[in-house]
Amino acid sequence: MPSNKSVSDAPITQFVNCRILRDHSLQREDLWVRQGKILNPEKLFFEEQGFADHKVDCGNKIIAPGFIDVQINGGYGVDFSQATNDIKGGVALVAKRILEQGVTSFCPTLVTSPPDIYKQVIPEIRVTDGSEQGAGVLGLHLEGPFISREKKGAHPPQFLCSFDEGGVSDLIKIYGQLENVAIVTVAPELADSGPAICELVRRGITVSLGHSMADLCQAEEAVQHGATFITHLFNAMLPFHHRDPGIVGLLTSDRLPAGHTVYYGMIADGIHTHPAALRIAHRAHPAGLVLVTDAVPAMGLPAGRHSLGQQEIHIEGLHAYVAGTTTLSGSIATMDMCVRHFKQASGCTVEEALEAASLHPAQLLGISHRKGTLDYGTDADFVILDDTLTVRETYIAGDLVWRK
Amino acid sequence: MRLVILDDYDSASEWAAKYIRNRIIQFKPCADRYFTLGLPTGSTPLGCYKKLIEYHKSGDLSFKYVKTFNMDEYVGLPRDHPESYHSYMWNNFFKHIDIEPQNTHILDGNAANLQTECEAFEQKITAAGGIELFVGGIGPDGHIAFNEPGSSLVSRTRVKTLAKDTILANARFFGNDLSKVPTMTLTVGVGTVMDAREVMILITGAHKAFALYKAIEEGVNHMWTVSAFQQHPRSIFVCDEDATLELRVKTVKYFKGLMHVHNQLVDPMHSMKDYKD
Repeated sequence: MPSNKSVSDAPITQFVNCRILRDHSLQREDLWVRQGKILNPEKLFFEEQGFADHKVDCGNKIIAPGFIDVQINGGYGVDFSQATNDIKGGVALVAKRILEQGVTSFCPTLVTSPPDIYKQVIPEIRVTDGSEQGAGVLGLHLEGPFISREKKGAHPPQFLCSFDEGGVSDLIKIYGQLENVAIVTVAPELADSGPAICELVRRGITVSLGHSMADLCQAEEAVQHGATFITHLFNAMLPFHHRDPGIVGLLTSDRLPAGHTVYYGMIADGIHTHPAALRIAHRAHPAGLVLVTDAVPAMGLPAGRHSLGQQEIHIEGLHAYVAGTTTLSGSIATMDMCVRHFKQASGCTVEEALEAASLHPAQLLGISHRKGTLDYGTDADFVILDDTLTVRETYIAGDLVWRK
Repeated sequence: MRLVILDDYDSASEWAAKYIRNRIIQFKPCADRYFTLGLPTGSTPLGCYKKLIEYHKSGDLSFKYVKTFNMDEYVGLPRDHPESYHSYMWNNFFKHIDIEPQNTHILDGNAANLQTECEAFEQKITAAGGIELFVGGIGPDGHIAFNEPGSSLVSRTRVKTLAKDTILANARFFGNDLSKVPTMTLTVGVGTVMDAREVMILITGAHKAFALYKAIEEGVNHMWTVSAFQQHPRSIFVCDEDATLELRVKTVKYFKGLMHVHNQLVDPMHSMKDYKD
């Protein structure tokens, strides 16, 4: 029955009776997987004269690429910004639990912290492939401390930094190392941010603008230096003004380098962004929208008091505040909730909602040749959803890692 | 010749599919005795393929013991190009049924030696025991497969250069850009198809009417290569009303009058569910 083994002995699985997200639309096609990658069945048929070893009936459900969360501070009681004695265990716990949300890859996020926290935590969190143990770690997201005092949000003010020496030395002085770092959020109006941005980009690290008082000019300059992301659009930045749109103006700027897309994180939990603002951003620049959870350690836990970074948080329903204030300190919505809310609030298509959580973050990180799509040859990380966009099964490298 | 005339494209497609279904099932193919089927491409057989897929999905027809031989393929077009005949057969037929890959045969337009490829194809047909039923279409210039006007009526599988008419007709599949349409193909010869034990030609649409007239009401002529089948002992032409527009009223009335006989070939419809060995 199976292939003539001219290319590989590995078993081939064919997912039938499903609708797959391919080429920006849901198509009635089967999904073929071998050795953890999406397989081209036509090539298999004509070149190897092969066909499937196992068939899985998906009950006419939707198959989408696994979700990618590029901003998540912790969850299920784990705080990535705390130097516990089992940092690896904490990351692993979150990685395992977020499979339930359909997330197959993520960027553990560290908020502004003192240098010794960075030096203890960063070396413990490595880039890892996903498996049935949990979602894959694509790299750290270091949100701060090179951010604006006025727009610190929930970040502790005493640990904010500026670029004193210029360039990479400030980064190394604070972070200790830049291995396994995928994204760094900076406020570009900080003096001498330019060389630091250039250096990060040169090392293949995505630079994101956020927690900033920058005007549009400063933001455009940062993009010209290589910044490609905006951290949680609208939150912790100057509001849109019709004579100086600020960072929000990047969505429609005409001074970006040719062929460059600026992506923007959107916390679509119904709380951090008003649905009307979500719609304005989406309509202005749909291709750049990246859904993020910005989830706090309390995500997945019951209501009450918990810790985030160096501060105390208070949970009430779907809201998380800096204890004793009305400042939001991150969301407790799950990624699949964000996908559903985004679709409902923006009126976008199913395909657009799914791509905002998969294709766009992969494009942002420059990994769309292996993640974020169901194209032939890419990693077989995907989710099976029903028509309400509820996650029913999660697969990593073609293996079932979670089922509802 | 049997001339089977149905009202419209869908009915003609369905009749043809039913005929193929019954032929395969009644043949009772098995591991020692495969049913060999010659297959066409193009827009005409799409409806027929859809029906055959339906019959497979309902469990009435299996292609496990069927071997297929396609008529032709473009030269120099990558196998995975969306307009190659490999892509056509995969997307419109093979991926929906249970045929085994090694039992399908399509000429390789990218073979290092095209001549050898053609000769090998003929040998594969012989090795498979010859073609039981060859299904084909007809071009507006009366060609069968890519045997363009002037092709020898005893020709075998070979390389052919396409006629202008055919290139124009195919342009719609290449974004109407004539420069992108392949100019050469590998094709089975008229003689190759004549060797089949039975030939079924599908002809639908008014634009094929003149070709049908030339093929069956005028003489055997290498300018209208489908006319060669006038000398085949067992041929069926399945068409819709529009395709008969250039025929004499007498011809049409005669064959319509025979429909009750023709329909005995498709009714009752057999099913593999009846043969549970």
